[in-house]
Amino acid sequence: MAYSNKVVDHYENPRNVGSLPKDDVNVGTGLVGAPECGDVMKLQVKVNPDTGIIDDAKFKTFGCGSAIASSSLATEWLKGKTVDQALAIKNTEIVAELSLPPVKIHCSVLAEDAIKAAIADYKKKQDEANGVKPAAEHALPSA
Amino acid sequence: MKLPIYMDYHATTPVDPRVLEAMMPYFTGKFGNAASRNHPFGWEAEEAVEIARKQVADLIGANAKELIFTSGATESNNLAIKGVAEMYREKGNHVITCVTEHKAVVDTCKKLEKQGLRVTYLPVQKDGRISLDELRASITDKTILITIMTANNEIGVIQPIAEIGAIAKEKGILFHTDAVQAVGKVPFDVTALKTDLVSISAHKIYGPKGVGALYVRRRNPRVLLAEQISGGGHERGMRSGTLNVTGIVGLGKAAELCRLEMQKDAERLGKLRDRLNEELHKNLDEIYINGSMEHRLPHNLNISFAYVEGESLLMGINDVAVSSGSACTSASLEPSYVLKALGAGDDLAHSSIRFGLGRWTTEEEVDYVVDKLTKVVQRLREMSPLYEMVKEGVDLSKMQWVTH
Repeated sequence: MAYSNKVVDHYENPRNVGSLPKDDVNVGTGLVGAPECGDVMKLQVKVNPDTGIIDDAKFKTFGCGSAIASSSLATEWLKGKTVDQALAIKNTEIVAELSLPPVKIHCSVLAEDAIKAAIADYKKKQDEANGVKPAAEHALPSA
Repeated sequence: MKLPIYMDYHATTPVDPRVLEAMMPYFTGKFGNAASRNHPFGWEAEEAVEIARKQVADLIGANAKELIFTSGATESNNLAIKGVAEMYREKGNHVITCVTEHKAVVDTCKKLEKQGLRVTYLPVQKDGRISLDELRASITDKTILITIMTANNEIGVIQPIAEIGAIAKEKGILFHTDAVQAVGKVPFDVTALKTDLVSISAHKIYGPKGVGALYVRRRNPRVLLAEQISGGGHERGMRSGTLNVTGIVGLGKAAELCRLEMQKDAERLGKLRDRLNEELHKNLDEIYINGSMEHRLPHNLNISFAYVEGESLLMGINDVAVSSGSACTSASLEPSYVLKALGAGDDLAHSSIRFGLGRWTTEEEVDYVVDKLTKVVQRLREMSPLYEMVKEGVDLSKMQWVTH
């Protein structure tokens, strides 16, 4: 299979590989996929408590080149966005940016899932820290 | 050293220049139809075909009359299985095969199942070999054929062919083996192994693509096959179609070279394969060999690099041609059914690389591959969440994964 130049670039020079302290109340961690399916993504965001803006994002991915590129791109896009803006990122935008072929669309879906899971984890932590009951998702301060 | 490096000799092999040289005259000057009985052009072609038949027969200890030329091993497997099922259907309707067979065997059996044939797919043990007890237990009075490959195309594991042959003989059941990966690479003798039908391919033994052979025993017992391609009655009526004279000459020459050089090649490649294996084990932790190391082709290695996905590995070693059992590298998007059958878990199938060494593999190439692969595996593990979790003491098998 031929990869697009952007996929190759992200594979060879992945942005923001690493881990953030997962117990930090301002860090949200998303872990999606399964080893037996051939891809697992861990995506983390760190939200600035004063501005509500994601000022750091990290990933680690077990998966094909397109999965690595999708998560690497996602971390690039997440930085500087508010939580709500982050939730608006669509897998189709990742597909378009990386020119993913149809068989690789699931990689972009997984990246979108990872973003949503990371944000959900962050919100849950914030709620717990603020003493809000888990169900009341919208009670947390948003930017 | 020239890049890219070819280390995928199970997929195909280049034509040996000596094979090409033998073939050349038959494209132009000696272009006759081997079935033309009334002029020298035909005689010349027929003579070349018969020399090739003898060369192939000599490689497997057969009589030349017992070889039928085909378009390749897929056709040979189809002809053997369908030909027997059709010819012996009054005698029985049960065939025994194995889950790790090549698709040319598995899918042929599946098709025949739709037409009423009963098929037993024997499982394999952790080492990739079938259990002879399970084979014996699956035989019924309706069993007409056992078809078990000699060596597997992914993991290189060699099945207990002589033992299977003895069981088949004792029970009066025909025994077919897809020997594509083994013939020409390790000793193979139809008498010692008691095989009745053997599939062979030219392009796996440094011959051209598009030509193969099927050994069909003529004596004790005399095996009959229902033709699957009808026409002019070529090849003892078992396979019609104008003979591919150039291809057959190439197959013959390739077989002769294998017979003469097999031992030397196998010794050299066995050492190189062991070097590849040992050096990778020295450099990397948590790498696992798939299938038996004891009963294995000398030029095969199949390793899973835990916590790293196969396609991303291949991407990192893009100047080395190897294969992976990862789902992402297959057309079906399913991980290798052969590796899954070993029961090691789908995650290890996704992380596997198949190395196939061959006649032109050098020590320098092996060392290059070790070095490159080590670096890529280390780099990918640094970005693998699984590797990180394992190093933190997480038991991955107890995780609840979010799948979709």
